[in-house]
Amino acid sequence: MTQGIARRFQISTLAAHLVLIGFTLLALAPTLLVIMNSFKPRKEIFGAPLALPSFETITLIGYDTVLKRGDILHYFQNSLIVTVCALFFIILFGAMAAFALSEYRFPGNRLIGLFLVMGIMVPIRLGTVGILKLMVSLGLANTLFALILVYTAQGLPMAVFVMSEFMRQVSDDLKNAARVDGLSEYTILFRLVLPVVRPAIATIAVFTMVPIWNDLWFPLVLAPGESTRTMTLGAQSFIGQFITDWNAVLAALTLAIVPMLILYLMFSRQLIRGITAGAVK
Amino acid sequence: MGKLVLEGISKRFGAVEVLKTVDLDVADGEFIVIVGPSGCGKSTLLRIIAGLSDQSTGKVLIGGRDVSSQPPSKRGIAMVFQSYALYPHLTVEGNLTLGLKQARTAASLIAERVAEAVRILALEPFLKRRPGELSGGQRQRVAIGRAIVRHPEVFLFDEPLSNLDAALRNQVRAEIADLHRRLGATMVYVTHDQVEAMTLADRIIVMNGGIVQQIGTPSELYRRPANAFVATFIGSPGMNMVPGTAGGGVLTLAGSGRLPCSAAANGAVTAGIRPNGFEVLPGGNDGLAGTVIASEYLGAESFLRVRLADGTVVTVHEHPDHGWLIDQPVTLRLRPGNLHLFDAESGLRIAEGPDAAAQPAAARVA
Ligand SMILES: Nc1ncnc2c1ncn2[C@@H]1O[C@H](COP(=O)(O)OP(=O)(O)O)[C@@H](O)[C@H]1O
Ligand SMILES: [Mg+2]
Repeated sequence: MTQGIARRFQISTLAAHLVLIGFTLLALAPTLLVIMNSFKPRKEIFGAPLALPSFETITLIGYDTVLKRGDILHYFQNSLIVTVCALFFIILFGAMAAFALSEYRFPGNRLIGLFLVMGIMVPIRLGTVGILKLMVSLGLANTLFALILVYTAQGLPMAVFVMSEFMRQVSDDLKNAARVDGLSEYTILFRLVLPVVRPAIATIAVFTMVPIWNDLWFPLVLAPGESTRTMTLGAQSFIGQFITDWNAVLAALTLAIVPMLILYLMFSRQLIRGITAGAVK
Repeated sequence: MGKLVLEGISKRFGAVEVLKTVDLDVADGEFIVIVGPSGCGKSTLLRIIAGLSDQSTGKVLIGGRDVSSQPPSKRGIAMVFQSYALYPHLTVEGNLTLGLKQARTAASLIAERVAEAVRILALEPFLKRRPGELSGGQRQRVAIGRAIVRHPEVFLFDEPLSNLDAALRNQVRAEIADLHRRLGATMVYVTHDQVEAMTLADRIIVMNGGIVQQIGTPSELYRRPANAFVATFIGSPGMNMVPGTAGGGVLTLAGSGRLPCSAAANGAVTAGIRPNGFEVLPGGNDGLAGTVIASEYLGAESFLRVRLADGTVVTVHEHPDHGWLIDQPVTLRLRPGNLHLFDAESGLRIAEGPDAAAQPAAARVA
């Protein structure tokens, strides 16, 4: 009887793992393809796109091209500044708004919450023309600040939504104990509530930074200038109307993955620590 | 001076009235227990005293000062919560000192206060640990310590024992009683457990549905409950409530017999008799006729369940080795002075006689 259950359990676990492995491969395939092909000469990229680079064919020509163009580091820096600043503002303002919505009862509370949820559903790109006009008249066109503002606006609704749900679960007693001890509402939010909802922050960070880092649209519209070019936009400069340096494009894209991977590892460590801290209590 | 006065406190959430004009006068050093079923507004009242929630009307005075518009930290109170509510990221020492540091207390005074709390609650071995590494009882001791270091005028406890297991509950309850004796501080203690209320309180406030039912010492509440609710809520096992009709000094209980009663009672009443108010005699005697349906043996005593002729089941206190058998017919005779009469409709206590009526009503019924 118990053996039967155990076997059935094994089979279903196996099936689940097969599905998950299949899905992982499917999701990773394009990325792997990019990385593989970035190490191959142009002829091989088109001749055998699915083949691994061999000892004879392996080449760093793409990376050579990319790094020789001195500005690639600058693009990197731009992307990093935009992503990290936007992430910081999203979490800061998102936490403050979420705390207000989850902690205080005031007229219009639900309405504001609903308004923010709508922000999740309506893509910010629909407002591109308006945003561009606004940025130009504010004199912010071709600045990284414009990108940071737009990405902050783009990420806030989801951040507020997720964090206010998490904050609702933080014990009232804990916040009240802090009030009796004379802590200000700011201290309660930043020193008491935020550490408790760390898993939520890690989740938001992971899910908002990738689209920001990879975005091509707003850098192209708002900050296409040489000095403010981001990594993704920079990689496009190897794509010409007539000739495209595929080695360089693939190498640039591969390089662009690295910082995301590092940030992701950082946050996911936090995420796991947050979850286990909650479980052990 | 830890005098606490509530003047006409009420609270509504939207259209719902959760508290209905509560007046209260707590003397310095008194231990007051607020008791009532879940959801009756006890925590709401305590939060209003603490300043964590605004009252809709009324005033809170602590030590003669109107603190109605003061934040919690300025009211001279300290609160112990049901869920302990310790700061998870701080050590026990950090938990004890945070409030004092926040108030910019001198380091020497902080050290002195912490040393005192540590001595009273024997917290020395835990000082460097985090709350996550402590057991439930230890956490609650730390929470009490966090209240002690504030040297408050009034201690507030919101069901501090509810999350502890039975054995620990008795131990911490004794510690709280001991603490009150040592500090001589004013304490307001909320619980839904009438045993806690009876054992700890100087005076008890019984609440139901946001309304104060009665305020009095444990023995006042036990001996002269102001209404049927207090009668059934205080005492364990609860008071037996039997419907009947009174008139001309005789109480007739539906189908089971007649008892002498106060001449003041007239018409439909509810008769309240505590389990130890009965004497059990063999069937056929003068009194209430019934049948034994169960017996609960507790060692030092036992309780009989007796079904009266009209189907009402009453609980009767007996010697542990009483010898009555299941299904045996018995007669219950009332011990003198053990009959409480309540109006069948309003549930209010009916005064026993001229002498009782002359006493000022201990009861206040809103
Ligand atoms: N913030 C609130 N909004 C609406 N109703 C509330 C709120 N807080 C408490 N209540 C209601 O007030 C009543 C009393 O609650 P509470 O004081 O917590 O009861 P108790 O502590 O006696 O169990 C309950 O019926 C509860 O539903
Ligand atoms: Mg409560």
